[in-house]
This record gives sequence, structure tokens and C-alpha cells, in this order.
Amino acid sequence: MAQVAPEVKVAEEPLLKVRGLDKHFGPVQALSKVDLDLPAGQVTGLCGDNGAGKSVLTKCIAGIHQPDAGQIFWEGRPVEIRSARDASRLGIETVYQDLALADNLDIVQNMFLGRERVRRGFLDEDEMERAAAATLASLRVTTVRSIRQPVATLSGGQRQSVAVAKAVMWNSKLVILDEPTAALGVMQTQMVLDLVKRLRDHGVAVMVISHNLNDVFEVADRIAVLYLGRMVAQDKASAFDRQSVVEYMTTGTVGRAPVET
Amino acid sequence: MEGPEQPPDPTAAPTAEPEMPPEVVAQSLGEYLRSWMVRARSGENRVLPVVAGLIMITVVFEIISPHHVFLSAGNLVNLFQQSAVFMVLAMAESFALLLGEIDLSVGYVAAVGGVIGVQLVQPATTNWPWWAAIIVALLACALIGALQGTLVARFKLPSFVVTLAGLLIFNGLMLLLLLLGPFSGYPSLSGRSTNLHVLYNLMWGNIDPVASWVAMAVIVAGLSFLMWRRDSRRRRSGLVAPPASVTVVKIAALAIVSVAVVAICNINRANIGVVEGVPWVIPIVLAVVGAWSLLLQRTRYGRYVYAIGGNAEAARRAGVDVAMVRTVAFVLCSFTAGIGGLLYASYLGGMSNNVNGGQLVLFAVAAAVIGGTSLFGGRGRMMDGLLGGLVIGGIYNGMYLLGLQVQWEFIVTGFVLLAAIAIDALSRREATRATA
Ligand SMILES: Nc1ncnc2c1ncn2[C@@H]1O[C@H](COP(=O)(O)OP(=O)(O)OP(=O)(O)O)[C@@H](O)[C@H]1O
Ligand SMILES: [Mg+2]
Repeated sequence: MAQVAPEVKVAEEPLLKVRGLDKHFGPVQALSKVDLDLPAGQVTGLCGDNGAGKSVLTKCIAGIHQPDAGQIFWEGRPVEIRSARDASRLGIETVYQDLALADNLDIVQNMFLGRERVRRGFLDEDEMERAAAATLASLRVTTVRSIRQPVATLSGGQRQSVAVAKAVMWNSKLVILDEPTAALGVMQTQMVLDLVKRLRDHGVAVMVISHNLNDVFEVADRIAVLYLGRMVAQDKASAFDRQSVVEYMTTGTVGRAPVET
Repeated sequence: MEGPEQPPDPTAAPTAEPEMPPEVVAQSLGEYLRSWMVRARSGENRVLPVVAGLIMITVVFEIISPHHVFLSAGNLVNLFQQSAVFMVLAMAESFALLLGEIDLSVGYVAAVGGVIGVQLVQPATTNWPWWAAIIVALLACALIGALQGTLVARFKLPSFVVTLAGLLIFNGLMLLLLLLGPFSGYPSLSGRSTNLHVLYNLMWGNIDPVASWVAMAVIVAGLSFLMWRRDSRRRRSGLVAPPASVTVVKIAALAIVSVAVVAICNINRANIGVVEGVPWVIPIVLAVVGAWSLLLQRTRYGRYVYAIGGNAEAARRAGVDVAMVRTVAFVLCSFTAGIGGLLYASYLGGMSNNVNGGQLVLFAVAAAVIGGTSLFGGRGRMMDGLLGGLVIGGIYNGMYLLGLQVQWEFIVTGFVLLAAIAIDALSRREATRATA
């Protein structure tokens, strides 16, 4: 990284840049002056204790919450993400911690929710079913009996797989995964982590939120730590070790200070 | 390029299997029926209890009605006509119920639509052509729906309260509209004008028997063709589809019911002279069912109604304009109520201040829920209103034949509604247990 040519520098402008983001709910200051960079082709692990503001930050980027102050830059341009539709138009897809699947709809219907394919005014069910089946197969989600079963009949891990598949189906440029492995068994966790790596290899920017530091260290190229709504550390993963991440998460600072933010 | 055997998913729910809809997993007719029964027992399948209830109503009333008139052609046609109003109002209510909302005003909104229609065609006053009267009546109802829907969806007022206020307001409006013109509050559809006749014939006019047969044959053949083509195309391309035998059984059931209805309607049901043929109200109700089923099952809008009923937050995050979908649902609800109101006016042969919209809405909710539409949102079909309306109509009709007072009809309907809601809550609990 020592001798970077100027044109490479341009390319290194992160895909998504967050500057000075504030968000409060009544008296609760969920985010204060948060800066975050999400470069293309890299996995950023976002860590933080319960209530640190990880999900709120995610939702601000995904257009679910409107920040009170601060600016978001997409490919270098300032953008306002007012709705989920704005976000997906830019190429941002999110898997929420609380999944956000409609239990009464089946797998195909959930995967295409908000983006149904239509032919002559009517839903093109055959086409959607084919595309959904292809995506699930490419992710090796093979344990569901039928992609026409209601999501209510799926296990926690299967629901998680559907939520992930839903997000990666759209050739997105940025995929955000909020606790994608929390409900999963060993096998399925590995499957999701492999999927994350595959996305990165395709040049997609990925942000993974996880409490499991094993997972974070396995996939993350960069690590960012939130503490009580403030971004207290952000650097490439090799600059951290498990110990320092835990210290940042629990105290907001680190005694030995291996990293400067 | 066969990969290694996929090991079983350790997180898969062992209880998931029985709740699976049969059309999703069954490979044969036998499997289909078996999984259908399993779901019926756990409260998941809502068609079976209704059909069982209908059979029970039929058997009981046929046995105890005087001279066993319940199953006479005249009474059955009368039953269809009585049920038609409940069916259409239940379909109206379904738009609210599917969203997890409720519309308590449908009864009086229907009444307002009925009064507007009846008043506008009066030769002594406005003397509008029948079609203009119908259009204005339905548009007025749609406008009411837009107002209530806006209050619910944009201003986030609870639908229960908004439509409770609506129930009072439109009761008053109905009474005001009734007093217009020189009819002392009883505008009627009897008289010699064509426009009066057309409105009266919505319920009481009959289609020529031969034409009834031809129309029925064309419709059944067309629907069967579409069903068969769709299922076999999906089977060929390896998509989820019922086995061919199930498609055949469905087509056979459709044909049998259609032939039975037309045959019954084509029996002469007059004591003196000839009254025969399918009443116009049957194709009218079927057209409403068909149009709204198409909207709900096959369009984006319908998909969003179900999504919001299942998980409004998920729909919002998927970019669905939730407030718009909700508002439009209330418009459709009131519009459909208007159709029900015009049919009711036709059934009564006019409108009067005896119309009890409060009772109508209870029957509408009861019919929808008895038919299998969930009060908790996200589950139900337009067909449910049809079946539930038939149950309510059957009770209403049978108790009338027995000469029982109206209070007994209320009590029995109330208990049937309680049973339906118990089944609804039970199946919901089963579903949440499966995912917990
Ligand atoms: N919709 C909301 N309304 C009010 N307060 C909220 C809302 N969403 C989040 N908060 C508050 O914002 C703070 C940050 O919450 P957030 O969900 O982002 O935490 P998190 O880092 O995702 O935690 P976890 O690890 O438990 O998921 C918490 O204090 C929470 O109570
Ligand atoms: Mg969270």
C-alpha cells in the first residue's frame, strides 16, 4: 500500500462512505458522528455490543431510518436514501436481523417481494419460480422441500437462507448482512460465510454484522467497531486481534492501542 | 457433476411436514387427500370445516323443515338470492380483513349505495338511466372508502374506530337520503319504468334456461381448459404443480357444482305459471368473485395486500407503498359493499329505514371468517366469502322456514361465528408454534 498510483487512488474511493451520521430516537442517541467506509470487493465486519447501534446504522444505509444529520456518499456522490426502493435502486441489499419475511407468503413470493415479474399485467409466477429455484440452487440451499411452501413452515436456518438468497439475487453492489449466522447450525454458518466470500470475489462490497468473532475474523478484510453509537475503531482486519476487538466493543478504547482510528 | 450427498439439515423443524399445503408436496391423489385431511385436523385447512358445516345445515334443515321444503328448487334458489348479499359484503370485508384491519361500516355504506341507486332511477324525481344510477352509487361508495382509507392509512387512525364512526355517519346519511323525494322514506323499485325494472331484476330477473345451459357450458369449459393448461405446463417445466389426477378432480368438481346449480335453477319454481332459469344475481356474484380473485392472486397489488397482512414491516422494507395499498383496499371494500347494497335494494324491492347495516356488517364479517378468512390478516380468499355467505344464508333461510323468530337466527349465527373464530385462532397458534 506504500506506492499507490493516483489512478488507483480514484479506484479506491469506497463504494459507500458515511460521514458524521447522527440518529436519535427520542432521548436515545443511537448513532453520533459515525464515519464508515465500505469499499467494493471487500468484506467489512461491523462489531459492537448489544445496543451499540449496528442495526440502526444498517437501517440508515438501507433507507429504513432517516438520519438526523450527516451525509452518505455512493460512488463518491452524495445521496439521500429515503426508502428501501431508493436503496435497491442504488444496488444496496440488506438482510435484516429480524429477517423481514412475510410468513404467509411462500419462498418465491418472499424472494420477489416488491420486485415481482409481470407479464401483460399479471404476475409471471413460472418465471419467478424458475429464477428463485436457480438462485437457491446456486447457494446450495437444498434442504427446503418445496419453494412453494409458506415461509411459516421453515426452520430458523432455512428462513435465514431464504433471506440471504433474497438479497443476493439482484446483482447488488453492496450487501449488508445483520447477524446472518445467529440462528444457524455449523454447516449452514459455513455456507453463509462461503457465500460472503464468493460475493466479495465478484467485486461486491459486503458488510457483515456478527457477535461471533470467529466468523468476523474468518471473512472480514476490514473491521469496524461501534461503541454506544460512536465508531471507535475502523481499519483492516490484520490491524486487530481478538483481544483488541473485544476491548473496543466493551470499553470503547484499547489500552495497548495497536490501532489509531 | 453430482455433488456429495447433502447431509440432513440439523436446524430443520421436525414438525414442518404436516403443515405443508398439499399442493406443494403431494405427488399423487392419495397423498394429496391425506395431507389435506391432516391440515384440516390441525385447523390449517379451512375449506373442509365449511363444506362439512354446509352439509350439516342442509341435512338438519331438510329433515326438520316443514314438508322438507329446504331442498326444493324454489327454496334453494331463494337461498342463493339471500346468500348473495352476505357473499358480496363478505368479499368487501375481506379487503379489510386481509390487511389485518376491519371495516365496521360496510353495512351502512352498502345501504347508502343502495339508496342512491334506488333514488336516482325514480321516475317521479331524477329518473336517471339505470346504468348511470349504478355508476354513481358505486362511485359514491368508492369515495367513502377513499376517505376512510386515508384516515386509516395516512393518518394512522385505528380502522376499528374510523369505521365505527363511519357506521354511525353512514347510518345517518342513509336516513337523510331516504327522506329525499316524495316517497315518505320508502323509495321503491316497483313501477313501470325500465330503469326500475333493471335494478329490480338484478336479484329477481332470470336468464332463459337454454341460455343458462349454454353460458354455463362455455364458462366451465373455458375455466377447465385454463386450469388444465396451466397445471400441465407447470408439470412439464418441472415447477411445483399438483399431480394430473388432482387437476382432473378439481375440474370434475367444478363441472358437477355448475351443472347442479343450473339444473336446480332451471326447474320451474312457481306454484302457478312458470318461473325458471338462473337468476341474474348468480353470474353477478361470480363475476365479482372472479374479478377480485384475479386481482388478489395474480397481480402485484394483490400480492402486496397479502404481504402487508402477513408482515407490514417486511412489505415496507421491500419498497411496497403500504399506505397506498391500504387506502386502495378500503376503496375496493366500500366499492364492493356498494354492489352488495344494490343487490340488497333489489332483494327488498326498494329501500327503507328498516335496513339494519349494523347487523349486515356482522354477517359480512361472520361469513368471511366462517369461510376461512383470518381476522389476523394475510390469510383468506374471495372464495371464502362465497362459502361463508352460503352458510349464513343457509342458517337464515332454514330458521325462517321453521318459523323461528329472528332472535334465534342471531343466536345461532353468533355461535357459528364463535366456532369459526376459534378455528381461526387455533390454526394461527399452530402456525406460530411451528415457527417458534
Ligand atoms: N425503532 C427504534 N425506536 C427507538 N429506539 C430504537 C429503535 N431502534 C433502535 N433503538 C435504540 O437504538 C440503540 C441501538 O440499537 P441497535 O438495534 O442498533 O443495536 P444493535 O447494535 O443492533 O444491537 P444487537 O447486537 O442487540 O442487535 C438501542 O439503544 C435501541 O434501544
Ligand atoms: Mg442489531
